[in-house]
Amino acid sequence: MPTVKLTVNGRAVSADVEDRTLLVQLLRDNLNLTGTHVGCDTSQCGACVVHIDGQAVKSCTVLAGQASGSNVVTIEGISKGDELHPMQAAFRDNHGLQCGYCTPGMIMSAIDIVNRYGGKLDEDTVRHELEGNICRCTGYHNIVKSVLDAAGRMKVAQAAE
Amino acid sequence: MGVEGIGASVVRKEDRRFITGKGRYVDDIKLVGMTFAQFVRSPHAHAKIKSIDTSAAAKMPGVVGVLTGKEIVEDKIGNLICGWAITSKDGTGMKMGAWPAMAPETVRFVGQAVAVVIAETKNQARDAAEAVVVDYEELPAVPDIRAAIKSGAPQLHPEAPGNVIYDWTLGDEAATDAAFKSAANVVSLDITNNRLVPNAMEPRAAIAEYNEAEEHFTLYTTSQNPHVARLVLSAFYNIAQEHKLRVVAPDVGGGFGSKIFIYPEEMVALWASKKVRRPVKWTGDRSEAFLTDAHGRDHLTKAEMAFDASNKITGLRVKTYANLGAYMSLFSSSVPTYLYATLLSGQYNIPNIFAEVISVYTNTVPVDAYRGAGRPEASFVVERLMETAARQLKVDPGELRRKNFITSFPHQTPVIMAYDIGDFGASLDSAMKAIDYAGFPARKDKAKSEGKLRGIGFSCYIEACGIAPSKAVGSLGAGVGLWESAEVRVNPVGTIEILTGSHSHGQGHETTFCQLVAERLGVPISQVQIVHGDTDKVQFGMGTYGSRSAAVGLTAILKAMEKVESKAKKIAAHQLEASEDDIVIENGEFKVTGTDKTIALPMVALAAYTAHNLPDGMEPGLKEGAFYDPTNFTFPAGAYICELEVDPGTGKTSFVNFVAADDFGRLINPMIVEGQVHGGLAQGIGQALLEGAVYDSSGQLVTASFMDYTMPRADDLPSFKLNHTTTLCPGNPLGVKGCGEAGAIGASAAVINAITDAIGNNRLEMPATPDRVWHAIHGNA
Repeated sequence: MPTVKLTVNGRAVSADVEDRTLLVQLLRDNLNLTGTHVGCDTSQCGACVVHIDGQAVKSCTVLAGQASGSNVVTIEGISKGDELHPMQAAFRDNHGLQCGYCTPGMIMSAIDIVNRYGGKLDEDTVRHELEGNICRCTGYHNIVKSVLDAAGRMKVAQAAE
Repeated sequence: MGVEGIGASVVRKEDRRFITGKGRYVDDIKLVGMTFAQFVRSPHAHAKIKSIDTSAAAKMPGVVGVLTGKEIVEDKIGNLICGWAITSKDGTGMKMGAWPAMAPETVRFVGQAVAVVIAETKNQARDAAEAVVVDYEELPAVPDIRAAIKSGAPQLHPEAPGNVIYDWTLGDEAATDAAFKSAANVVSLDITNNRLVPNAMEPRAAIAEYNEAEEHFTLYTTSQNPHVARLVLSAFYNIAQEHKLRVVAPDVGGGFGSKIFIYPEEMVALWASKKVRRPVKWTGDRSEAFLTDAHGRDHLTKAEMAFDASNKITGLRVKTYANLGAYMSLFSSSVPTYLYATLLSGQYNIPNIFAEVISVYTNTVPVDAYRGAGRPEASFVVERLMETAARQLKVDPGELRRKNFITSFPHQTPVIMAYDIGDFGASLDSAMKAIDYAGFPARKDKAKSEGKLRGIGFSCYIEACGIAPSKAVGSLGAGVGLWESAEVRVNPVGTIEILTGSHSHGQGHETTFCQLVAERLGVPISQVQIVHGDTDKVQFGMGTYGSRSAAVGLTAILKAMEKVESKAKKIAAHQLEASEDDIVIENGEFKVTGTDKTIALPMVALAAYTAHNLPDGMEPGLKEGAFYDPTNFTFPAGAYICELEVDPGTGKTSFVNFVAADDFGRLINPMIVEGQVHGGLAQGIGQALLEGAVYDSSGQLVTASFMDYTMPRADDLPSFKLNHTTTLCPGNPLGVKGCGEAGAIGASAAVINAITDAIGNNRLEMPATPDRVWHAIHGNA
């Protein structure tokens, strides 16, 4: 089995995997990073979204081998110790989650959306951009609220840095 | 109300693990020596199994075992049961066909399991499953209700001639017929309630572990009701005795009804774990979810409403065909009967109601409870009829409803339910104000000038929740009681554990249940832990469905709390040398009223466990349990109004506004309640506009993935405007009614009423896709 080497949440990791292994399987089964979820088998639901080299990607659409050499960040890697990422805090404060299953993918997608749009986000844009993430619990109402709230928080956080 | 007490929008305690990726769902669990199961499933809707050749699969790399339906039968594993007996109008019982966990001889729906491969890795199990050779002899299939009831239709089960499971009635037929004979006006509708796929985001999964030395099983499973799973698995399926089976439902990623039922996969995982003497894990993929999770709704209904000359309703007559799929799932029989026809009075004074429900078998996935379960179907019938009547009688839809509202309580309907309380006028007023109903005609004109068709639609729903008094449901055929249990444990250091038979799979119990403790004892919720979802920890429970966790589950906790408080007060009084009657509880302290003498809860708890100085004859410890059986259902109700625009060029619907005014009684955590309503509305709107399971004529599920079945996405939905009106439920001490299903029950009629108002054509089926709406506007040209 080929060896895949990549950086995950700032740590260099390697794993021997079958060629057909998907990145999401590598993360969950080999690295025990079970925060990244699988909600479908057609790359529609977005529960498995992670960041590869800073971009949101559905980790079920990527072979583990294709991610070789890249820098992957998962839901487990975005808080600084006990300090939540502003997007995580916004989801909690705005009740942007219920069962929690789609949440990691939502948060990873949402961070990418805010990174791309900065302060120019409005409700329609958030709803359009979240098209690739399915939630069955919240009706998206509070997810949209969370993302807009986090956009403000992330701007403040960036300004402070 | 304290900052964390009842009525406070406390942020959820459970969120931290979910937002940091530390949730623990079944598929996240790994056991030492764990193997993986892959099912071999039927590609045919109806076929005889001529032979199954497992020899090639058994030789594949990593394969630990290949098991078939024949061995399930040989091992005397019980057939799946239906837990609610329904009696037909001719007095005969329901006609139930056998449902083995894997088919030994005949398959009756696409996706039914016929064999299972157990292997060292998931990929090896998948590869080997491909190598199992099944020789089928195809039989003609029955893909829907119309095909099932056609004379000469292919028969699914020998037990059910004509594919009819039961032909059940409720209400007074003669009186209702008489009401129609003397009616001034009659309104009638043919209604299809479209078939839905629940699609909780976490697919079902199970891990079974057998301990040979102890002859003991552990099952980790995606369940809304782990105790019921254990009961059914042990009492009926002959897999394990109850005390030799632990069922754990850890974090569960949504349920919406579909995770109430005990499915073949859990049974097979348990049975196989003993056969192969290794833990067995099965994780369904989304395709399997589409093909095996119980679907919802799927009714064909003819409904008629009679009015007198003053537009008062005098009668309602309903005939419904319900599709239960190929086999009777656990509560399938009750959904189109006692959870449906009993709600046909809606919010209205209807003196005469008669309903006939004929449930049929088809070669499709079994159909059972899905968010609302019977009540959305009833609400849709009543509210579509009311809107249609308003148009036919040329009266305002709000006024017609108001004229017929039930205004005095308690109110006995002609269909079993006795509504305890409500104020339907208040919720309608609230919703009409929120949407600025008076300004609608001007908005409609303006939209028209811009080439858009604008419509407005009402839906005044009522539901029966809590489900419910055990004696009542027992008399109606339920095989279980529907109470709830709780235990309150105060630890020696004063922290508190609440053990509950309710199960949270998104509802936020870990927060709301703590809020009750904070309210009563004045301790911070950080000092309270909710324990649920494990039959080894919680003695028994009926689980979460039917919007029952607050009304029944939380009341059970309250009852146990009262016992704990009573004992703690006795200890405090003894320690403070005061009378028990003078003790009050404030901010985590027991106080002698009118004095500065206090003792903190941890000291009372410590005294209870050291037992050095307790009142004479008192048992040590501070732990109490309670079982609570409600005296009635609860009746959440409300008014939804939808305003939307249709583009006549494309048939596309766009929301302008969606307002809700719900009466859920007392709200424990308004933030969480609103979240429940949002999610329910999304599912109701999804049914109205987007979702529909479609089978082709051969019984293939055409909509078997997220590419083909339209799930509501963020840009399909509006933001919602929620309002609340309040009448406290008199049936439980907290005054709560339940909020989990309301949105899904009320929303779809509001949407369809609005579209049909916009386009001026009342004939429109769900889902109202742009294609259907365009044709409803322009005809079939």
